[in-house]
Parts: sequence; structure tokens; C-alpha cells
Amino acid sequence: MIGLVDCDLGNLRSVANALDCLGQDVSVLTTPAGFDDCSHLILPGVGSFAVASARLRDRGLAAAIQAFARSGRPVLGICLGMQLLAESGEEGGTNPGLGLVSGTVVRFDSKHVPMIPHVGWNDVHFNRAHPLLTGVKDGVDVYFVHSYYLPANEAQVLGEADCGQRFAAIVARDNIGGCQFHPEKSQANGLRMLENFCDWNGQC
Amino acid sequence: MLKKRIIPVQLLLGERLVKTVAFGTWRDVGDPVASSKVYNAQNADELVFLNIDRGERTIAPLLRVLERVSAVSFMPLALGGGIRSFADAATLIRHGADKVVLNSAVFSAPEIITQIAEAFGSQAVIVGIDARRDGNGWQVCSDCGRTAQDIPLSDHVRRVVDLGAGEVLIQSIDRDGTMRGYDVPLIETVQRVCPRPVIGVGGAGDFSHLQEAFLTTGVSALGCGSLFNFGDNNPIRAKAFLANHGLKFKLL
Repeated sequence: MIGLVDCDLGNLRSVANALDCLGQDVSVLTTPAGFDDCSHLILPGVGSFAVASARLRDRGLAAAIQAFARSGRPVLGICLGMQLLAESGEEGGTNPGLGLVSGTVVRFDSKHVPMIPHVGWNDVHFNRAHPLLTGVKDGVDVYFVHSYYLPANEAQVLGEADCGQRFAAIVARDNIGGCQFHPEKSQANGLRMLENFCDWNGQC
Repeated sequence: MLKKRIIPVQLLLGERLVKTVAFGTWRDVGDPVASSKVYNAQNADELVFLNIDRGERTIAPLLRVLERVSAVSFMPLALGGGIRSFADAATLIRHGADKVVLNSAVFSAPEIITQIAEAFGSQAVIVGIDARRDGNGWQVCSDCGRTAQDIPLSDHVRRVVDLGAGEVLIQSIDRDGTMRGYDVPLIETVQRVCPRPVIGVGGAGDFSHLQEAFLTTGVSALGCGSLFNFGDNNPIRAKAFLANHGLKFKLL
């Protein structure tokens, strides 16, 4: 069972549809109850870091996600969900993230990035092999929508993209993964990465 | 580097897909869900759905289609036609739309563009502009091309960007469904004053029309209706052709 964390932000439906298409069972989690029934956890998200960070804490979801991660089961953050995995984020003031990957999420600098938000199909270049990337070619295009990013200079970065500024497109540390793009909107390559996540046992 | 996009534009009349000529006569061209499934397999970059039913100006038809299309099509979806309030737009986005397309609402309730951009980000708002040739320039029209608006095209583009539009979809009414090629000067005129990505629509009849419009105007995306509805053409073949002219599209 794949748990989908819902904090009333953005569209959960697309991720649920993609998982359904892959033949996975999905459980939508709005409270800390139900996490134990899941083998994998996905934190989707569209919206503001500040709002999402506060909601996760207020509803007890932050602690539940952190406990799930400590159990060794795989966790995947998508878009804002990936940013929330970081230590902190600067959107809407500086707010704490879940601290499951390192780094601070910052805004693109318009000196380097001509059009913010960065929206559209952009190519991702992998730094190393990882179970999440099985069967996906280096340099394929995936769909991005974001104005903030996690810097690409960390050991945990699996894949980078460039929109005038290099940034972390995919990160992985132990049993935690995150992608800045939307795999559920990235057609065959995106679905393959979601499938890889569902097949992953959390070990590298 | 961001890639150019080819976007099938699907017009809805009730539950059916139709294709118009110059916003007038239309032909039935199939089922929106089946065609979206095919476009997903054919590597389209995005799908745009516009409800052109002049009777039912509500979002109900869009919601019905969205529900079924989002289960078979894993790419960005943009929907418009009949969105009259912020609540309409929010409902579509919560049901799986990545972007909403507003056109007439820009004249009747411009504040909703700003509200959507503030709540969901400017990338979630496409403003559609329908333009009809008028002497050496263009007349901006609303209400499915029926009402001429008294604002110069360039001023209108600047205004919608100021309101919060993240993208502008410029549609030539004269070229719609004619398959005679894009109105390239129209797209150029919008490109010149628009700091946001522009989608050019209206007139694609063969791949050389896409080549001409992409290379002459530098536009981010082109929409196609008749090209894919009526010929043995699809986005894969269009991109294979255009790649020979140095244009970059997403890799499979």
C-alpha cells in the first residue's frame, strides 16, 4: 500500500491516478493514523513552503513522516514535497522542513533565471546510478513547475537540471528520495520513476 | 534548457470533441478521452481543452472531461471555456487541472486572474486572446469571437500580464480550422510585448507551418487542432520533422 500524504494543498488526484495506472493501491493520509499500513510514503505538494510546513506540523503529519522515515521504509517527496524534505525553506519566511535531506530551499535569482517560475519540460542529468533511476535514460525531459530550488552541490543529489541556474532535480539519501519535477505529469519516464519507487525496498 | 512545446488543442461541445472553422461551422472529431489517451501515447507536451458551447457557460462539461482524461493522460492539462469566477478555477485545479485558460473573464472580472495567480502561482493561469484581422492590425474579441473589444492588442497583452497571466494563448479567428498556416505577424506582435511564454494557435495544416512559426517568432509553444484531427499526423512526426530544423523538444 502506497500512502499519499494529504495536507489540502495542490492536486493529489494526478499522483493517485498515476499510481492507480501502475497497479498500486493507494491510501490517502490526512492524519497520523494509517501510516502503519503503508509500505511506501509519497509526499506530493503544490503551494507555499510556509503554509505546507505549518500544516504538516499542526496536523501531526510531520512527526508521522519522520517516524515512517526512521523505520527504513521508502519515502518520496514530489515538487514542494521534495522541498519539504530539506532542513528549511525560505518561501514565506524561513521555516523548518522535515530534515530528511540536507540543505535549504531558496528562490531562483532572476539574474540567472530569465523566467521565474521555471515551468516546462527540461532535461535531467544523473550523477550516479540508483534504484529510482532504473530503466530511465540520462538526459530525458521531465515536467517542472517551481520558483524555489534545492542547490545542487550536495552529495545526496542524484540528478541535476539547468534553467540558467543548476539545481537538484532528484535527491536520494538512504531510504529517502525526492524529485523537484512532477513524475505524474512526465509521461513514460515519470511513470517509470514512480514505478521504481514503488518497487524500491529503501536500500541503495 | 526548456524545450519547445506542441500542444493539441481540443474543442469541446457537450461531451464531444469538435473542430471549428473561423469559430463558426464545426465538425465532430471524436471522443475527448480516447483522443487524449492517443495524444499521451504520441508524446504531446501538454493538452488544452476549450469548451466552446455557447449555451452552457459553466465548468460542468470541463469537470466531466477532466475526471476521465486525468486518469489516462500523464502530462500537464489546461482547461478553459466558461470559467467565470475564482471558485470555478479553483475547483478545476483541485480536480487535476494544472492550468486554467481565461478569456472573456478578463473583461468581465479581471480580478480573478490576479486571485488565481496569487493562490496557485502565475503558471496556473493562461490568458486566451482571440484576435480577428482588422485592416493592418487585429481586433481583440471575447465571448467565443462574438464581441469585439475596444482595446489594442498590445495593450491587452500587457494588461493581462500585469494582472498575473503566466502564459498567453493567442488564437487567430481568421485562420482557425483553415489549415493555411499560422498568422505569424499576429504571434510576432504578441511575442514582442509579452514577457511570458506564448502559445500560438490557429491555422496549422502541415509541419512546415509549425517550422515557419517557431523559427520566425521564437514562440514557446504552438497549438494544433485540424493538423492532428484530419491528417495522418501526430506530435511524434511533427517533432521528428522540426528536429531537422534545429528545434529542441523533449526526449522520450
